[in-house]
Amino acid sequence: MWEALHFEFMRNALMAGVLVSVACGVVGTLVVVNRIVFVSGGIAHAAYGGIGLALFTGLPPTLGAGIFSVGASLIMGAVSLRSRHRTDTVIGVVWAVGMAIGVVLVDLSPGYHVDLMSYLFGSILAVPKSDLWFMLPLDLVIVFTVLIFFKEFLAISYDEEFALVRGIPVNALYMALFCMIGFSVVMIIRIVGLILVIALLSIPPYIAEKFTSSLGTMMVLSTLFGILFTILGLWISFSFNLTSGAAIILVAGAAFFLSLAVERIGGSGLRQNVEEYTR
Amino acid sequence: MSKLTPAIEIEDLWFSYDKTPVLKEVSFTLEQGNYMAILGPNGGGKTTLLRLMLGILKPDRGTIRVLGLMPKEARDRLGYVPQSTEINLSFPISVFDLVLTGRLSRSRIGRRYTSTDRGKVETILEKVGMLKYRHWPIGQLSGGQRQRIFIARALATEPSILFLDEPTASVDPEFEVGLYEFLEELNREVTIVIITHDVGVISRHVKSVACVNRTLIFHGAAKITQEMVDMAYHCPVDLVAHGIPHRVLPEHEE
Repeated sequence: MWEALHFEFMRNALMAGVLVSVACGVVGTLVVVNRIVFVSGGIAHAAYGGIGLALFTGLPPTLGAGIFSVGASLIMGAVSLRSRHRTDTVIGVVWAVGMAIGVVLVDLSPGYHVDLMSYLFGSILAVPKSDLWFMLPLDLVIVFTVLIFFKEFLAISYDEEFALVRGIPVNALYMALFCMIGFSVVMIIRIVGLILVIALLSIPPYIAEKFTSSLGTMMVLSTLFGILFTILGLWISFSFNLTSGAAIILVAGAAFFLSLAVERIGGSGLRQNVEEYTR
Repeated sequence: MSKLTPAIEIEDLWFSYDKTPVLKEVSFTLEQGNYMAILGPNGGGKTTLLRLMLGILKPDRGTIRVLGLMPKEARDRLGYVPQSTEINLSFPISVFDLVLTGRLSRSRIGRRYTSTDRGKVETILEKVGMLKYRHWPIGQLSGGQRQRIFIARALATEPSILFLDEPTASVDPEFEVGLYEFLEELNREVTIVIITHDVGVISRHVKSVACVNRTLIFHGAAKITQEMVDMAYHCPVDLVAHGIPHRVLPEHEE
């Protein structure tokens, strides 16, 4: 493992893993407690349309994916605020149409596109330094937005109606959350690809939730879990020459099932024990 | 002393969900300091009326003034205890942090809670007898304990009017008695509007009664009139069968 750090691509990969884990930890926690995991799946797949657009027009793929994922986030945000009961349908439509646009635009682009797989399954080992400089500000925007409006995000996530009666601009905050999901998705696509985005957004917060009854602690813990999963996944992928994105997700998935098993065996005492211990 | 602005003033209010009419021709005035019970059958529009007064819903027709203002503008002075406290039981939030959300306000968005906020929350938790549970995750409380927390959250807003939507729906009878005593005490400073199924409680605690079933009948005294009974339940026998003491029912006047 340590000799691997001599390679610049490995150091970049680790940095990228950390940066993405921060976004995943913070935004993923809000996604999980608001029960909008599938919104992020939809946004991720719709982003493929942006990759197609980038190939077709010669834009940088990350920019194309960014435009599409933020666009898809805003559409889903607007729809879920307006007609809540049909949100799942709209997610499905945006999900499929976004991908279809991508496929058609790729068809229309001349040449053979061998690196498309890297957008589907990620290529953390090929992250250039320039991408890190693109991820850092996105991370900062996410972290500061959530820090500043933390109590408001907590309130709308727990009881939207009460927050509304308190005069909190619920809709504006939801749109901000959807935008942040869009930002995170663009970053995560570099690491594990758009097909696996859901896992990295939802698994670390899900496990973290078992250890705490504080939203803030849940964000920090899931960031740490995210970092752990990416490092372990990278190591496995490097040692056994496996696709890095899939290796990371399998590590996260193993941890997920392990946490379920521990919960079954240990009863529901995990959270209380930790809490009594920290009190 | 000049006359206070009425707590609630509703004139010719109409409301429908999509095309299904829910409320029509609702008019009444409630003075500050009052303690009003809203009763009526399920689906009669009680909760809808409450949500209109809170400004969560907008009326199709008619006007609502809460403390002389549009409901939206009066929100900072309204406390609200929703019907269901079963929402989000697995949410990672402690009792203390949940009650703190009652200290939110539009003018302080993006700022931290102050030590005053925390102090007030502690006082209120003490008042509802839940201070020792302040670090507990919300999901581990019983129904009655959770109800107290939701009342505490509403009180943390320091409301001029407190709205409660069936606060005894899922609690033990012991808590119920305590709650009504608590509300009566609270009523010295705060106007209270409570939706309830519990007709027996009304004669003992409240100051006025409104009955909602599509439209509304208001009674300035804590009496259930024959008219209300007819409207609400169609059949007075039904009422008695539910164990309502006879003294609640007024004499037939005509």
